[in-house]
Amino acid sequence: MSNTEHKNKGIVTSIIANLVMVKCDGAIQQNGICYFIDGDKKIMGEVIKTVGDIAYVQVFESTTGFKVGMEVEFTGHMLEVALGPGIVTKNFDGLQNDLDKMTGVFLQRGESTFALEDDKKWPFKPLAKPGDKVAAGDWLADVDESGVPHKTMVPFKFKGEYTVVDIAAEGEYTVLEDIATLEDADGKKHKVQMMQKWPVKLPIQVHVEKERPSKLFETGVRVIDTMNPILEGGTGFIPGPFGSGKTVLQHAISKQAAADIVIIAACGERANEVVEIFTEFPELDDPRTGKKLMERTCIIANTSNMPVAAREASVYTAMTIGEYYRAMGLRTILLADSTSRWAQALREMSNRLEELPGPDAYPMDLSAVISNYYSRAGRTTLRNGEKGSVTFIGTVSPAGGNLLEPVTESTKKVARCFFALSQQRADSKRYPAIDPMESYSKYFEYPEFEKYAKENIGDTWVDVVSDLKNSLIQGKEIYEQINILGDDGVPVTYHETFWKSELIDFVILQQDAFDKIDCNTPLERQKYMVELVSKLIATEFTFDNFEDVSAYFKRIIYTLRQMNYSQFKSDEFKKFERELNELVNERKVEE
Amino acid sequence: MEKRAFQKIYCKLTNITKATITLEAEGVGYKELAYVDGRAAQVVKMIGSKVTLQVFSGTDGLSTDSEVVFTGEQPMLKVSEHLSGRFFNAYGKPIDGLPEITGEERPIESPSVNPVRRVQPNQLIATGVAGIDLNNTLVSGQKIPFFADPDQPYNQIMAMIALRAKVDKIILGGMGLTWDDYLFFKNSFEQDHGLSKIIGFINTTEDSPVERLLIPDMALTAAEYFATEKNEKVLVLLTDMTQYCNSLSIVSNRMDQIPSKDSMPGSLYSDLARLYEKAVQFPDGGNITILAVTTLSGSDITHAIPDNTGYITEGQLFLRKSTDVNKVIIDPFRSLSRLKQLVIGKTTREDHPQVMNAAIRLYADAANSRTKMENGFDLTDYDKRVLRFSEDYSRDILAVDVNLEVDEMLDTTWDLFQRNLTKDEVGIKQEFVDRFWKKD
Repeated sequence: MSNTEHKNKGIVTSIIANLVMVKCDGAIQQNGICYFIDGDKKIMGEVIKTVGDIAYVQVFESTTGFKVGMEVEFTGHMLEVALGPGIVTKNFDGLQNDLDKMTGVFLQRGESTFALEDDKKWPFKPLAKPGDKVAAGDWLADVDESGVPHKTMVPFKFKGEYTVVDIAAEGEYTVLEDIATLEDADGKKHKVQMMQKWPVKLPIQVHVEKERPSKLFETGVRVIDTMNPILEGGTGFIPGPFGSGKTVLQHAISKQAAADIVIIAACGERANEVVEIFTEFPELDDPRTGKKLMERTCIIANTSNMPVAAREASVYTAMTIGEYYRAMGLRTILLADSTSRWAQALREMSNRLEELPGPDAYPMDLSAVISNYYSRAGRTTLRNGEKGSVTFIGTVSPAGGNLLEPVTESTKKVARCFFALSQQRADSKRYPAIDPMESYSKYFEYPEFEKYAKENIGDTWVDVVSDLKNSLIQGKEIYEQINILGDDGVPVTYHETFWKSELIDFVILQQDAFDKIDCNTPLERQKYMVELVSKLIATEFTFDNFEDVSAYFKRIIYTLRQMNYSQFKSDEFKKFERELNELVNERKVEE
Repeated sequence: MEKRAFQKIYCKLTNITKATITLEAEGVGYKELAYVDGRAAQVVKMIGSKVTLQVFSGTDGLSTDSEVVFTGEQPMLKVSEHLSGRFFNAYGKPIDGLPEITGEERPIESPSVNPVRRVQPNQLIATGVAGIDLNNTLVSGQKIPFFADPDQPYNQIMAMIALRAKVDKIILGGMGLTWDDYLFFKNSFEQDHGLSKIIGFINTTEDSPVERLLIPDMALTAAEYFATEKNEKVLVLLTDMTQYCNSLSIVSNRMDQIPSKDSMPGSLYSDLARLYEKAVQFPDGGNITILAVTTLSGSDITHAIPDNTGYITEGQLFLRKSTDVNKVIIDPFRSLSRLKQLVIGKTTREDHPQVMNAAIRLYADAANSRTKMENGFDLTDYDKRVLRFSEDYSRDILAVDVNLEVDEMLDTTWDLFQRNLTKDEVGIKQEFVDRFWKKD
């Protein structure tokens, strides 16, 4: 920690958009935070490059009206966020200002607000007792954060072993009150509060081990859970051209995911999409706790019209909050929409710094920055043996829908799941438009997952799903042949195979995100439908000609889709299932 | 231009490029407005005491001893009720031969709306065009562009939609409009409304390209005034945003910035987002809806301009000539309104989403059948019926000259389903089929 007593000062010498050069009278810290004194306002900036005594500062707000000769104060620390109870339910900007505390409809320059509540008292129950030996990240107390089992921890910045000298009794305290005294190895005493600060660009590392993911992370989206599963602590990304349903899919995951904490980083995306989350989440019931979904959600909104430099910070702010809850042994899901906007923020700044550009004018270290970021996700074992996880799903908005552009390519190298959205599927309204051929989940081949699936889903689950995937590939191949040879140029059985693959597509892959029932399919129901469909695929039917095939399968698909729209195992559901059985018997080849 | 008393006049330019000048000056604020021999200019870069200004009308004829006066302010627009019915240039000066207006001066670069103060858009803007109302519903507070080739009648269709839409103000931002198109807008608005609710900020092809950069800010500043002070519903038309982007690239090029894709500046996304995100539903009832035009070259939507636009706007509309019926339609495949989910089936009839999707799916099937036909394969009975459906659908629903209420569009589509297809083929939820499929 640097000495914060003496603050370095500086004077503005040059201004190019939001890059400002400052002549500094003392040491300059890379990524150090400084404030520009603009009349009665203080505008925040971050040092991104130093040449001699000139600091290159990216300013987090508009520089309109800045003058050469303006005064600058350096704080001596990096960009930090406040961590403590009160994060969930909040809407922050990229710098963790509480947006709800800001006055007025428009965001005023230089306005900053405290991220947590300074006067709210939280129910506190000590876990540690005087004499305990503790280290950074160890749990000192339970705090009930409106239902979330929050932990007050030994501040992450503390190095080495400490002894608990005293700890507050059970009761209610604010985040700024001293709740414990810890003594370090040199006998120096440190007061600890429920709130601590951490620099966002550094990962929080208080775990003993990061493991290979093995547990399925349920999302309720069939094409993900069944076909391309993402695991707890895993990473995935969704690239897709605009209009392919990227955002709808992300919202579905955030609503349905089996996580304790949901963090949404709206990074440089449309404001109305964030408003949709603001409006919907407080209304949505959380099926797992019976409360509102918002009570375990935190939103970091740095929309596309908000300052670019803060956009870059927003993804780090979100990840740091995720890691904070992971250290409490909780499962967090972090969704970032979109990482391309973040990369573009890096590009804009690299451009102003006149760095030599890499591919598509992105900075040369883009790939390293992205992989570094993704590596912060994971399932970890804490010092007390508990496990916590950060599962990360980012979206990528490839320019021109071209998946060979630098951001997509760099992401592909690090993310383990790839949910490719296809324009063609979107055009024919086959939603979610996740392409079954292009997409993959590397986790599907993990022996750890295979073992997990055997024990928790079904003995043959992995094989059944592999067979479905194979049927899809067969169907696609045959579709191409039919296109070349014509409907009557191929045997009738080809049509049957093709329509069986359409059956999988319509019943398993496609899902109506706007239907109350179909939008979320629990794993039990997915398993039921997968087995039902697999049985149909294995059944032999008899047809006279190819026209019969399509007509027949359309009826089957129609009935199965009605099942998808009905409450699971309700009378209606069973009625359609009986209809399905009758239909199957019409054309089934008897053995 | 207006000079204020006791202002320092600089008259030693050190650099002149086609769009910028540089001089030594002190006490200047970033983005401050200045006048160079009476031409408006804005500070874009300051290195020590060296100040670089972008001269909006171009630097032709300026000399190293031209007089430079700094105003101490950013570019401003005078706003008041008197804006209504008037046409202005990029600086907010009248071009309709009438006197200047009075009003409060506002900086044209305003802060962004706090996202938590925004209200979710929830009002349908009916246009009577089924390609929009039925398939790609326009919602107040939305921003949506037409992606059009230069030869398509986008300005005509935009003017028609604007005039049918139920809004309080229509603000036209014309960038690089041909003089003919400017007169077309002016005349069609005049015929319909006597101009009372129209405001225009016009830069024609006769004006300097750099001036265009001011147009959207001017139009949106006026829009914000009416939406926040008067709580009005404002529709902003921006045509053509491609011209705006080209001007951005001219300026960034003159400032020696490294271009990114398609020689556009690396900040194109943020530059466009700043404008389009002015579309908003305010808590007090006022709103700003933006309908823009992005012209494409050779229908290429992977070009940096339409590509970045597509990621910012809430959908896009494509025009297409439907050859079966020889009419302009709004392409049902590629067009999309992202906010339609907020109103369809909610403020419109419940069956709206399913009818819309079924019709488009069948229209897609018809496209496949057509390919089959063109490749010389035999058509099945289903192919023939679905082709018939698509032709009816293009003519009775999609053609832009059809003017219907949303319920009529739905009823007509049900009729077309029933005339050509079976219930299984249409594949709509049973409850709607029970209600709307006419019993024989």
